[in-house]
Amino acid sequence: MSPRLRWRKFVSGFMLTMTGVCALVSVSMLFFILGYLVYHGGTSISWNFFTKLPTPVGETGGGMANAIVGSGKLLLLATIFGVPIGFLGAIYLAEFSGGTTAFIVRYAADLLNGVPSIVIGIFAYSLVVLPFKHFSTLAGGFALGLIMIPITLRSTEEFLRAVPNALREASMALGASKTKTIASVIVPAAYRGILTAILLAFARVAGETAPLLFTAFGNSFWSAGWNQPTASLPAMIYTYALTPYDDWHRQAWAAGLVLLGLILIINIVARAILSRGIAVPRS
Amino acid sequence: MKRLAGLLLVVLAVAGVLWADSALSINGAGATFPYPMYSKWFDEYHKKNTNLQINYQSIGSGGGIKQITEGTVDFGATDGPMNDEQLKAYSDKHGSGILHFPTVLGADVPAYNIPGVSAELNFTPEALAGIFLGKITKWNDPAIAGANKGVSLPANDIVVVHRSDGSGTTYIWTDYLSKISDEWKAKVGKGTSVNWPVGLGAKGNEVVAGTIKNTPNSFGYVELIYVIQNQMAYGRVRNSSGAFIKANLASVTAAAAGAAKNMPDDFRVSITDAPGKTAYPISSFTWLLVPAKFSDATKRDAIKGFVKWMLADGQNYTEALSYAKLPQEVVTKELKALNNVQ
Amino acid sequence: MATTTTTVPSAGPIAGSRSFLARLREGDEIARMITFLFAASVVLVTVLLVFELWRDSVLPRHKFGFNFFRTSVWDPVFDQFGALPFIYGTLLTATISLVIAVPLGIGAAIFLAELAPARISDTLEFFIDLLAAVPSVIYGILGVFIVIPLMRDYIQPGLKKSLGFLPLFQGPAYGFGFLTAGAVLAIMIIPYIISVSREVLLSVPRDQREAALSLGSTRWEATWKVVVPFARGGILGSIFLALARALGETIAVTMVIGNQPIIRASLFSSGYSIAAIIANELTEATSNLHYQSLIELGLVLFLLTFVLNGLARLLIVATSQRGAGMGHA
Repeated sequence: MSPRLRWRKFVSGFMLTMTGVCALVSVSMLFFILGYLVYHGGTSISWNFFTKLPTPVGETGGGMANAIVGSGKLLLLATIFGVPIGFLGAIYLAEFSGGTTAFIVRYAADLLNGVPSIVIGIFAYSLVVLPFKHFSTLAGGFALGLIMIPITLRSTEEFLRAVPNALREASMALGASKTKTIASVIVPAAYRGILTAILLAFARVAGETAPLLFTAFGNSFWSAGWNQPTASLPAMIYTYALTPYDDWHRQAWAAGLVLLGLILIINIVARAILSRGIAVPRS
Repeated sequence: MKRLAGLLLVVLAVAGVLWADSALSINGAGATFPYPMYSKWFDEYHKKNTNLQINYQSIGSGGGIKQITEGTVDFGATDGPMNDEQLKAYSDKHGSGILHFPTVLGADVPAYNIPGVSAELNFTPEALAGIFLGKITKWNDPAIAGANKGVSLPANDIVVVHRSDGSGTTYIWTDYLSKISDEWKAKVGKGTSVNWPVGLGAKGNEVVAGTIKNTPNSFGYVELIYVIQNQMAYGRVRNSSGAFIKANLASVTAAAAGAAKNMPDDFRVSITDAPGKTAYPISSFTWLLVPAKFSDATKRDAIKGFVKWMLADGQNYTEALSYAKLPQEVVTKELKALNNVQ
Repeated sequence: MATTTTTVPSAGPIAGSRSFLARLREGDEIARMITFLFAASVVLVTVLLVFELWRDSVLPRHKFGFNFFRTSVWDPVFDQFGALPFIYGTLLTATISLVIAVPLGIGAAIFLAELAPARISDTLEFFIDLLAAVPSVIYGILGVFIVIPLMRDYIQPGLKKSLGFLPLFQGPAYGFGFLTAGAVLAIMIIPYIISVSREVLLSVPRDQREAALSLGSTRWEATWKVVVPFARGGILGSIFLALARALGETIAVTMVIGNQPIIRASLFSSGYSIAAIIANELTEATSNLHYQSLIELGLVLFLLTFVLNGLARLLIVATSQRGAGMGHA
């Protein structure tokens, strides 16, 4: 073996090990956070946590049932509003548009992505809260949906573009229309990536607090329907963590743990249920 | 799959409509400082009146003022009284005024973390102003040492900590400093956010407390509840009568009692540096903002009923949560003012 | 740069001569119009947002004009507002966070896509995605109670000793400041880089890798010189996502950056960022001028994002003349 080859092999082994280190570092940060939450908040997780309303400080037996349901409703609205826009917009960018339009839309999405979430909250406030003079779950869902759009759009577009042209041409050659090609060939081929993008956007908005302050507002009681203020897990965490009471701190960590747990479950379930469709064999 | 989605949507829509509560729902927004107290009160009151749900969210005093002016909530709460500009904005928009009702008292205390010093320090007004102006930079400065004979203070740099977010706590502190220091008044002034000459900004009372606890040689102002709950060292401040007073529930209520005589009828008053031998000089009210005129009579009666209860039974819950109660003089005045809510 | 246009029907006379009605009947035109509407709505929302920010910042724009960009004073009591320290802090913390997160993230993505077995790769990916879901305030609190003491007691003194000759690492170090904020931001943005880059790397056709290997390259050379460039577009896209998050992050940053509107060379110094001060003062803003100045800061952030994105895209175009695979802006 020549010395040069020995060196290249060494570099190869070294760099690949380093990538392993990078992965290890990234994952261990998550486990550290999880560990912290479990250690500090684990004791507060109980049946009460999932079924009871919040109680004032000092009283035991309270929970965050309304916040869990509230977060669920908000995320549902956000997904219904944000994902179609991002997804269909990305289809336009990847399949139909010319260079200039694509450039403008992409740029706009990147700009929207960089807006601080509190500014999105104020924007949603002036559009959906002020005209009706009350806070609502709808307004919160709208604000969160806005945040989901750019992530979904940009990522989906990347994955649509990653589908090899050969597939498109083959489909065209078989006489399929553009629409059919997209629906039956391209999207299923890019499925994995698109799902990843949506779940990433979902995870992002699940933890957002600032946009909800002026839209969903918060509620110490159950929130009926879609037109009333509602509690949410991130807002409860924010409020409780910044008080001086140990009991409320523990509940805040517990809420963080529950939030992450729910996202993990949704991630797993979504991938399990929705990973049908033809997939380009994984390289 | 499509049918399932359609069915789901129908179920959700129907659920949204049917699941309506029969209880009366009232929303309030505002100050973070009294949040634990208010959440206790509204919970107790709800137990006594199960058909009434008062939902209070602490989005900040400024937020409370803004939202009650916009009309998105039924009442507000603030740590700093509304100024004339804000009152005018409200009355211009609604055609009637808004009333302030003090609920409890709070106090800002000077908290510190000096390695090796466990004694309770005395702070003169000049020392406080000097530290926050950046003119007094070391712990063993004569301005501090002079009031603490017998305590050996190290020659370390003081790490000043203040609030980064706009808050009533800052308003109280800067209001006091403006009263006792002309230089502070001219250079910095008072407000919920100011241009601090020195110091780190930390977000929220809890983070300020945490920062002081974790940073040696640090010094900052924190709400009384937080130092009590976090078991931190805090000092005494010299009041207008010359006595060094430590902040506790009694000395804070005494400040309000001292100021009660000259209190304006609308309760918009600063009680920092209040007269009275036992008064703690950096105390303050926190207020509920109640519209003078309600279009909805049931909401009006509900809120009036709550305020009445709050002034009577409610005051008995304050001590357990380390809030200072209102002195009787103020309570009587408020009950009278309640009649102005129509 | 070979931008792969995917509008295949536009090639050839036969396709072009189909009438509008014919295309409509086939549903393609409808699909085009519908998806166009959705894409356009994104632009619409962004424009609307900018318009609102512009309209709500009229007072400071008239009062300060361009001085807003040159002044360093932020005084709500005496109504003097300047944006410079916040622009500085935003750019600095975003840069630090990218410097930390990009190598780490791409490295991890390479590992997960190329080396790890499928099962492990998928499982680890679940967990890394969770990092994106952790609420900002939890990052902030962990920052205050864990990162700051770590910085103050170990990392910052260490850096001072070894690299203290650089002005970057001089001055008092309390644990707060630009470096800590950048580090916390790095943790927050890493999942975006890893998640998207990994997926893009996974979708690189197998034959690319095999061709390189069959020509005698080592595993690393095949990855770094063939696969990664092929996935360049997607990886850069993920960095855009991460950058955007870093620029707009509010709560976590404000809890560790020290919140002092000053400009210092040292990374240990306290500072401020645009998103942080908006989060701190917006809800409590007393005067109209104060409120609108904060809104104008939001507009400035928009402008910053605009410029940064533009520069980054230029960089991509400039370095990809030979265009490989899916490179595009």
